[in-house]
This record gives sequence, C-alpha cells and structure tokens, in this order.
Amino acid sequence: MHNLLETVFSHPAVRGGAKIAFCIGFFVLALVPLLVILERRISAFMQNRVGPDRVNLPFINRLGGILPGGLAQPLADAIKLLFKEDIIPSGADKFLYLAGPVLVLVPPALGMIVIPFGSNIGGEPLQVAHLGVGILFTMSVLSVAVYGLAFGGWASNNKWSLIGGMRASAQLVSYELSLGLSILAVLMLSGAMDPKGGTVDPRELVQRQADHGWNIFGGGNPWLLPAGLGGFLLFFISALAENNRLPFDLPECEAELVGGYHTEYSSMKFSLFMMGEFVGMILMCSLMVTLFLGGWSLPPLFGALNGANEWLAGGSILQGLVSVGIFVSKVMVLLLLYIAIRWTLPRFKYTQLMDLGWKRLLPLALANIAYVAVVGVAASGGQP
Amino acid sequence: MTAGMWLKHWWLKLMIRSYIPAAIKGLSLTVRRMFQPRDTLSYPEEVHVPRKGYRGEHRLKKDDQGRMKCVACLMCQTACPAECIQIVGAPSPWPDRDKIPVVFNIDMLKCIYCGMCEEACPCDAIELTPTFNKVALTREEKIYDINKLLGR
Repeated sequence: MHNLLETVFSHPAVRGGAKIAFCIGFFVLALVPLLVILERRISAFMQNRVGPDRVNLPFINRLGGILPGGLAQPLADAIKLLFKEDIIPSGADKFLYLAGPVLVLVPPALGMIVIPFGSNIGGEPLQVAHLGVGILFTMSVLSVAVYGLAFGGWASNNKWSLIGGMRASAQLVSYELSLGLSILAVLMLSGAMDPKGGTVDPRELVQRQADHGWNIFGGGNPWLLPAGLGGFLLFFISALAENNRLPFDLPECEAELVGGYHTEYSSMKFSLFMMGEFVGMILMCSLMVTLFLGGWSLPPLFGALNGANEWLAGGSILQGLVSVGIFVSKVMVLLLLYIAIRWTLPRFKYTQLMDLGWKRLLPLALANIAYVAVVGVAASGGQP
Repeated sequence: MTAGMWLKHWWLKLMIRSYIPAAIKGLSLTVRRMFQPRDTLSYPEEVHVPRKGYRGEHRLKKDDQGRMKCVACLMCQTACPAECIQIVGAPSPWPDRDKIPVVFNIDMLKCIYCGMCEEACPCDAIELTPTFNKVALTREEKIYDINKLLGR
C-alpha cells in the first residue's frame, strides 16, 4: 500500500494535481465559507449580539449534531443562493454582465498558485507553480479583478451600480500605486541582505526570510526595521482598499449605493462576487505573509527558535504539514484583523480616500523606497 | 512657540491625521466588546426566569381543603381597569360563605396585567403567576374560564 502511494505520488502530474486540489479546495472552497461564518459571528460578538448559532439542515441533524452552532450556515446560504431565481435585468449588456462575476472570482484564485504555502514534502516544494516572476504575476492578475467590478457595474444598467463600478476603478488607480511601491520596497529590502541581489520569486523570498529574519523586522538588518514595519502598514492599508473592504468599501457601500456594483445580481452570480471578495482577501493576506511575515517560517527569536526553520524544511510529511499549518495560521490572524477592522472603522468619504491615497500613502511609499535604497547601499559597503 | 511645543503640536497633528491611533483605539474597543457577556438568551434552551413579583397570567387559589377561596364578592371585577373579569355568583354549598362563582372568565387579551385584582381581593383568592409565554391559536382560547384558572 505504502509503495503504491509512493509510486503514484512520484508522478509529477499527480503531485501538481494534489497541490492544485489543496490550493482550490482549501484556500477557495473551505476557507471562504469559514470566513463567511467567522465574519458574521465576530461582527455579532462585537455588537453584543449572538449571530447565527443554529442551522436546521436535515442531513446535518442526522449526523447527531456534529457541526455545532452556525458552522453549517454558509452551506445553507449556498443552497439558498443556488435555488434562487437567476435574473438578468432587461437592458443589461449580457456578455459583460456574465463576465463580471467570473472576472472577480478567477483572478484571485489564479494568483494563489504562486504562493508557497509550505516548505516541502519529500523535496516537492509546496507551491503550485514556480514562476520566476511570481510576485509580478500576482500583482498583474490582481489588477484584472477590478474589471469584474467595473463590468458588473456598467453592464447591469443601473445608475447606482454604475457609480459603484466607477468608484472601484477610481479607487484602484489611487491605491495600486502605493501597493506596488510598498512591494518594491520590500523586494529591495530582501535584496539588500543577500549577495544574489533582489528577486521576485516568492519561494526565494520566503527562503531568505527563513535564513535571515522576516522582512517586517528588516530582513535581518536592524536599520531596516522602520522600513519593514512602515512598508507592512502601507501594504496592509492598500490591501484593504484593493479588496474593497471597510473602511474603503466605496464600490459597494450599502447605505449610499443600495449594494453598489452587485445590486442587480442574484443567485449564484451574486455569491460569486462575494466569494471573489473573500478569495481576494485570502490572496492579499497570503501575499502579506509571503512578503513580510516569512511565509511558512518561524521568526528567529533571540536564538530560541534556532534550527526550527531547518527542521520545517526537512521534507517529511509531518514537517511539511506543520509548515503549512504555520502559514495558514498567519493568514488567519491577518484575516481576523481584516474582519475586526471592517466592524470597527466607518467608511471613508470619497475625497478622504483620494487624499489618503495620493497625498499621504504615495509620498510615504516613495520615502520608504528611498530609505531602503540608502540603507541597502550602505549595508553592502557602497557596492551596487 | 518653543521648539518643544512645536514638536508636540506637530506630533499630535500627525497622529490625528494619520488615523492610526484612532483606529487602534477603535479596534481595542470592539475586541474588548467581543468578550463581554451578552444579554441574549438562546430561547428554546435557555428560558427567561422572571424576577420575583413578576405579573403574568392569573390563577385562582384553593384553600387547605381543596376548595376555591373565591367568594364571588366582585371586588376584583370592580377594581379591574381593563374590565376583563366576568363573574356570575351562585349560592354556596359550604356553610362558611354565602356565594361562590359559577362563571369566572378572564379575557387575557384585554388584561393589562396591572395586579389590581390581586390587591382588591379580600380573601387572597386570585393571584398573578410568573407565567408569561402562554400561546394560543384562537382568541377564544385566551378567555380563561374558572376551571382553567383553578387548575393552574
């Protein structure tokens, strides 16, 4: 039996398929419903409510109440959404209307493929596609997602949806810049500490952080600590805007735009928009963990955890699974922060958003790059 | 303006305009709120227990021989501000009183649960119980007759 498994898994296609299955099955299909119920329960707790804590599904009850509380709520929601009438408004541009939800969901799911979600199992790196341009690929794919919002808003023949879609694209231009620049700073930061120079390969980035220290703490150089922390903050704020999460959820603000770009969508198309939003969140958090928080590695805490990262990269099944667990728990912490922020901060005004993006974050991101450049050159002894 | 004052002013302005201290303050508030106990009861499992002296639906009391205490004096009917009590008296079979009620109807839909009947009663024969969640499907069910009131 063991030999059979080994033979099956020695085939590269099987290994790749298993990794894709984990990426889609866990990060998209399992984590999204979990996030939905977490969001509802946490918001309820923050508002001194209870939230959905019971679901009466006949086939769940027959299991003897194995699923406690509202854990089956996303399932019930999905069933409800599947059976609802699928309305295409008259006067809608049909092709763009159908393309909208797809363009929102697919790009973030595609972006997940370059994220290294663990060290390795038996020398097989836990990353679906090892692209040399990994981070750039994710960035380019992420900017496609906004077309989904813009198409959805444009094609549904509704004034409010149109405003939502326009806002999504205007928000993108004011945030994509500081997002890209803070990524540039962190790439320079990790390049400054390595003789091989800068890289955009996510696996290499994580390996360097495992060796030298996390990028948020300066990647091993104490002088770069403010650049790491500041860069992380800039990236986090820009990521909130990128995902259209509060306090930057102008494209879909319920109170002003009656739901924004997805007002006219119903049934599974609506839930594709929702899923796309959550997968986008998961991708941004994975990106943050990969770029700043050391991926699957543990921080070298004053030598207390020395050798832990070598153990994690050991290659046995247990070591691989533990590294995946570390990566996922980091992502979960960031996602919980996302949710907590959503239920804490009020929405920015449109002018404030533009002001924040162009007049504060952009200069700060540029200053961050200048600082990293100066310290990096100084650290390498004047050698470029 | 001294340099120290200027620096403090500049720092405060920066902190306010960067929104970050306000965001952290708000986050700490909401996260603390998450762990506070909440007043919501999960109803079918947890049932609300009314405080002592809660005025719910009525019952008619019995004495130690198992007879109803009521003497059909109509004091409660007179005291009732909602006029929801209807009593018809009859001669008593027992020597210690003149009358007993043969009809004692309380319309629970009219009742305002003020407790005046309980206070007016000279024989301590009617009282309000803590029962508050009796559901009925018709209006007639909510007119409680003497047997229903005695049996509670």
